[in-house]
Amino acid sequence: MVISAETRAAIDAEIAKYPKRRGALLPALHLVQKQTGWISPETAQELAAIFEIHPIEVMEVVTFYNMFYDRPQGRHHVYVCTNLPCSLRGARDLLKEIEQHLGIESGETTPDGRITLGHEECLGACAWAPMLRIGAQYHENLDVETAKRLLDELK
Amino acid sequence: MQKAPFVTSYLTEHAGDDAFATLAGYRARGGWEAARKALTQMSPDDVVNLVKDAGLQGRGGAGFGTGMKWSFMPKAADKPKYLVCNADESEPGSFKDRLLLERAPHQMLEGIVIGAWATGASKTFVYVRGEYAQPADVLQRAIDECYAEGLLGSDVMGTGFAHDVVVTRGAGAYICGEETGLLESLEGKKGQPRKKPPFPAQYGAFGMPTTVNNVETFSHVPHIVKNGPAWFKGFGTEKSPGTTIFGVSGLVQRPGLYELPLGTRLDEIVFQHAGGPLPGRKVRGVIPGGMSMPILPVSQLDVPMANEFLRERKTMLGTGGVMVIDDSVCMVRVACVVTYFFRDESCGQCTQCREGTGWLHKIVQRIERGAGSREDIDILLDVCGKMEGQTICAFADAAAWPVQGLLRHFREDFEAHVEHGKCPFPQSFEL
Ligand SMILES: Cc1cc2nc3c(=O)[nH]c(=O)nc-3n(C[C@H](O)[C@H](O)[C@H](O)COP(=O)(O)O)c2cc1C
Ligand code: SF4
Ligand code: FES
Repeated sequence: MVISAETRAAIDAEIAKYPKRRGALLPALHLVQKQTGWISPETAQELAAIFEIHPIEVMEVVTFYNMFYDRPQGRHHVYVCTNLPCSLRGARDLLKEIEQHLGIESGETTPDGRITLGHEECLGACAWAPMLRIGAQYHENLDVETAKRLLDELK
Repeated sequence: MQKAPFVTSYLTEHAGDDAFATLAGYRARGGWEAARKALTQMSPDDVVNLVKDAGLQGRGGAGFGTGMKWSFMPKAADKPKYLVCNADESEPGSFKDRLLLERAPHQMLEGIVIGAWATGASKTFVYVRGEYAQPADVLQRAIDECYAEGLLGSDVMGTGFAHDVVVTRGAGAYICGEETGLLESLEGKKGQPRKKPPFPAQYGAFGMPTTVNNVETFSHVPHIVKNGPAWFKGFGTEKSPGTTIFGVSGLVQRPGLYELPLGTRLDEIVFQHAGGPLPGRKVRGVIPGGMSMPILPVSQLDVPMANEFLRERKTMLGTGGVMVIDDSVCMVRVACVVTYFFRDESCGQCTQCREGTGWLHKIVQRIERGAGSREDIDILLDVCGKMEGQTICAFADAAAWPVQGLLRHFREDFEAHVEHGKCPFPQSFEL
């Protein structure tokens, strides 16, 4: 079993909130990813059993949404917003500097598995551009030096 | 935590005060009294009529009358009815709902309870975009407080009315902001919009009658119940009453949030409130309402920000996300960013949209590289024409409008690329 007893209990609590079981699939995927970092074929099978659907239906949902991952990820996700308001205020340069600093391109993971870097569409922080998020945490009004320092602090 | 607006009115008056996000702090400012009034002194129909009289229009982008929408919900109580609060806020350039979730969650929840009373809904799903994990936590804390104090649950304020609120987090798909894409996502599926009819008021979440409203829309409701329609109409224009929260971004001195009456002139927002362009620069164009809305050139900013006026200039209020572009920026590059976004976010169900967004991006990129022809410019317009009004949801229109706007007002940038084979704006941000 991949899904821990604790995660399973949290999934059951979510299922109770919806009129149909499947309503809790997105919440369940968030919970499982919190535990395991990504959705493996084995995890998809376990979820399919819980939700009484086919594993392929779980994977269809996983691949539709940007925030669910069907392969292993770095320990930290770093996403730079490159939509228009951020681009107007230097986001593209920031992303390039970060790529150089980490020695990887957007979409890749550092060889030590520390950071997966990506660029993302508007994150709702447009007035405080450029910005990036590290997991759930937003960092706004960035300059290159501050951004590099933030990345260096990640273990 | 998001910064408070530079200009506030009734929605954001206390947004700078951390305590306002707590039940105690909200109550100390008179919070939850409007819901008490609605549930104890007004019938559901009274509430619907009041919101109709006030003329509140949805703040999620389409501007549909809220009271009218509520009146579409069936009266029969033979099956459960639901509300959905749309907190997916993914339209590029929009960041007002995040503020309302983080700094005024009880105001929105009070609006939800009033809306639930008016429509007979037993449950509300608040669908929060996946990236707003922190706002979702703040909201969940506020909901927990409401349950503990009997403002939600089986007996709201001792009136016998029952209402539950559930927070559902999305997972990074723009299309889940479209109301039927949202409903699919809520049911644990891919967020692919549904064919309409049937409309959500007949067949919505989990097949039950459902009304979808935006975060800001709900947040206005307690103020209308408390102060009445005449007061509400004291803000804004005759056809578009109330305030809204404009989010100003891009190349201006003071990007940020500004709560102002609808009908405030766009040039006043850009030049007075947001301080105008950066030193030594000039404003070239402004996107008035989130990325889907056509751009206006600087010569046309003397327009009141309300749909009845913006429509005359072939654009709309949308989400009130005001993006300012200055004279360092090439509009072909803007088009690259815009078309990339829509190509990436199309859900792929409709051929016109799936293929059209792909072609728009491909052709714009070709023009950007200096490899385009004059004919390409006309093909862009042709593709846009074929995307409009043809698809399951309004996403395809939303993808075509900004390209049409850029070509309507800044065709010369596209022509310069085609003619000289390079970009006329060397200072423009790099892609
Ligand atoms: C492609 C697309 C994306 C949308 N995204 C959002 C969104 O993120 N938030 C929102 O409130 N409405 C969004 N809408 C509008 C909703 O479909 C719906 O009209 C709105 O939530 C209704 O609420 P209102 O009447 O209170 O405005 C979107 C519409 C389309 C076509
Ligand atoms: S218009 Fe585009 S986004 Fe909307 S349903 Fe069709 S393919 Fe999907
Ligand atoms: S464009 Fe980057 S947060 Fe909106």
